[in-house]
Amino acid sequence: MADLAGAPAAPAKRGLKLDPRAVAGGVIIAVLLLTALLAPLLAPHNPLDQDLLATQLPPSFRPGGDPAYFFGTDSLGRDILSRLVYGARIAVIVALVAASLACLIGSVLGLLAGFYRGVIDQIVSRLIDVWMSFPPVLLSIVLAAAVGAGLGSVILAIVVVDWTRFARVVRSEVLLQRQLDYVAAARIVGLRPFQVLLREVVPNILPMLATLLTVEMGIAVIVEAILSFVGLSVSTDTPTWGGMIAEGRTLINQTPWLLALPIGCVIITVLGFNLLGDGLRATLDPVQRR
Amino acid sequence: MSGAVLDIADLHVALHRGRTIVPLLRGVGLAIQPGEVRGLVGESGAGKSMIARAIFGLLPGGARITRGRALFEGRDLAAMAEPERRALLGARIALIPQDPMTSLNPVMRIGEQVATVLRLKGGLDRRAARERAVELLAEVAIREPKRVVQLYPHELSGGMRQRILIAMAFSCAPRLVIADEPTTALDVTVQRQILRLIHDLQHRQGAAVLFVTHNLGLVAKLCQSVTVLYAGRVVEDGAAAAVLAGPRHAYTAALLSATPRLDRPADALSPLPRTLIETLLAEARAYDAANAGAYR
Repeated sequence: MADLAGAPAAPAKRGLKLDPRAVAGGVIIAVLLLTALLAPLLAPHNPLDQDLLATQLPPSFRPGGDPAYFFGTDSLGRDILSRLVYGARIAVIVALVAASLACLIGSVLGLLAGFYRGVIDQIVSRLIDVWMSFPPVLLSIVLAAAVGAGLGSVILAIVVVDWTRFARVVRSEVLLQRQLDYVAAARIVGLRPFQVLLREVVPNILPMLATLLTVEMGIAVIVEAILSFVGLSVSTDTPTWGGMIAEGRTLINQTPWLLALPIGCVIITVLGFNLLGDGLRATLDPVQRR
Repeated sequence: MSGAVLDIADLHVALHRGRTIVPLLRGVGLAIQPGEVRGLVGESGAGKSMIARAIFGLLPGGARITRGRALFEGRDLAAMAEPERRALLGARIALIPQDPMTSLNPVMRIGEQVATVLRLKGGLDRRAARERAVELLAEVAIREPKRVVQLYPHELSGGMRQRILIAMAFSCAPRLVIADEPTTALDVTVQRQILRLIHDLQHRQGAAVLFVTHNLGLVAKLCQSVTVLYAGRVVEDGAAAAVLAGPRHAYTAALLSATPRLDRPADALSPLPRTLIETLLAEARAYDAANAGAYR
């Protein structure tokens, strides 16, 4: 009897094999982060400086453009490129802080509800049901209006509305994982339920959570733009993409680029987060990673 | 019986769903002496796994022990506080699970999983646990254990995973190992190696084994004694050779003639006679009626 069990012949490749989507998304997000971080260095003008002799200039590569203003100027003669660059700062702060907080709160509640069931699950599940019966954007607008405008209230509005997304998904994933044999095996080895949750279950939902978190960052960027658009975000003297969209909307027939450029920024940013999320799922999951 | 590693007596387990009560175990009794390998046989639904689950305190929702005791080295597992029971599990009482494909954590490397048991149950520090994990894999005849500890479960075959689970079960020198149909999910060719491995480790460490199976052939080869279960009741109990050679209970005899054997023609196989099953179920119902209080 051959009593030696052989390991698979071809050694599995070690190290992270990056998914192309993760690379593409990562590059976009890296550029965004650098832009936000280095805004004072990158922006050719002060985003608030008005040049009333050069209002509504088209981008410099279009007829009538001024090389000093690459993407042109708005109706007050402010440099669009500089405003877009500074707008990235608000987008990045909101995306990182709001999504992380929503993720933290939602995941903890979802983990506890899904793993311990019982009363905790009843409370969390009913809370989610009630929460989800409100239209989310309306809820954040009402919240931001009630707390008052400002960066803090935008973040709060996003966290308060979107924790349910994490709680829901994490809870159902934990419900699924706790049925699996490896969880029973861990209990049989004599691990405390909390140890089982932390050591065995959490690592299994991390790839999914990383994806959810990056997607949520994209959503946070959109919500921030919406709140800026309706004037409930930071004060109007801080450039935001949403605010620029609102300003451009009134002049859509004369200067369409005023509207198109900030919208483009939002789209590329959200796309970047989503690509990164998709790619991360494939990269982090050892079963999918081959 | 004194000195027994495991001494189960009059064990009743019932499933409570609202007002309905479903009896699962009807006064089961069995004992295992140190170093003994006892087979636990019965068809699906007989309550084999329920006994194992009761020992581990992992009865399904709504089911609980309603009467009887399960003494492990003289201490009652049924009455034990949760932390006390947990301290025993993994260290003094271990399980070899049925399905090696799903019993390992899919996102943890093999070495980490083996080392976790050693650290939490064997009291080793991180480094010692990692080194011991490699030794343990070598002991269960895994080639290149240094490389295998770096792998994830999905990179290994079912037989290798079962070896790793066996290594984990025996890692802290348990007194009692419950093997829950450890070969059913495996290839026939691998089954023999796995059985040999369990036998060797059991012999070397002097652990008692409760071997849950529905394969009477395995019982004949591996076990010294056997307990036959039907409808949550022990129908026969005794030395494996004696029970298999000359069953005293009609059910055991029927079970034996329902087992395919190479030395008998296939048409000698007979399904369990209907009248026998009806008699047994009627007995079970009569027992329930007479002992209704045992399930509350």
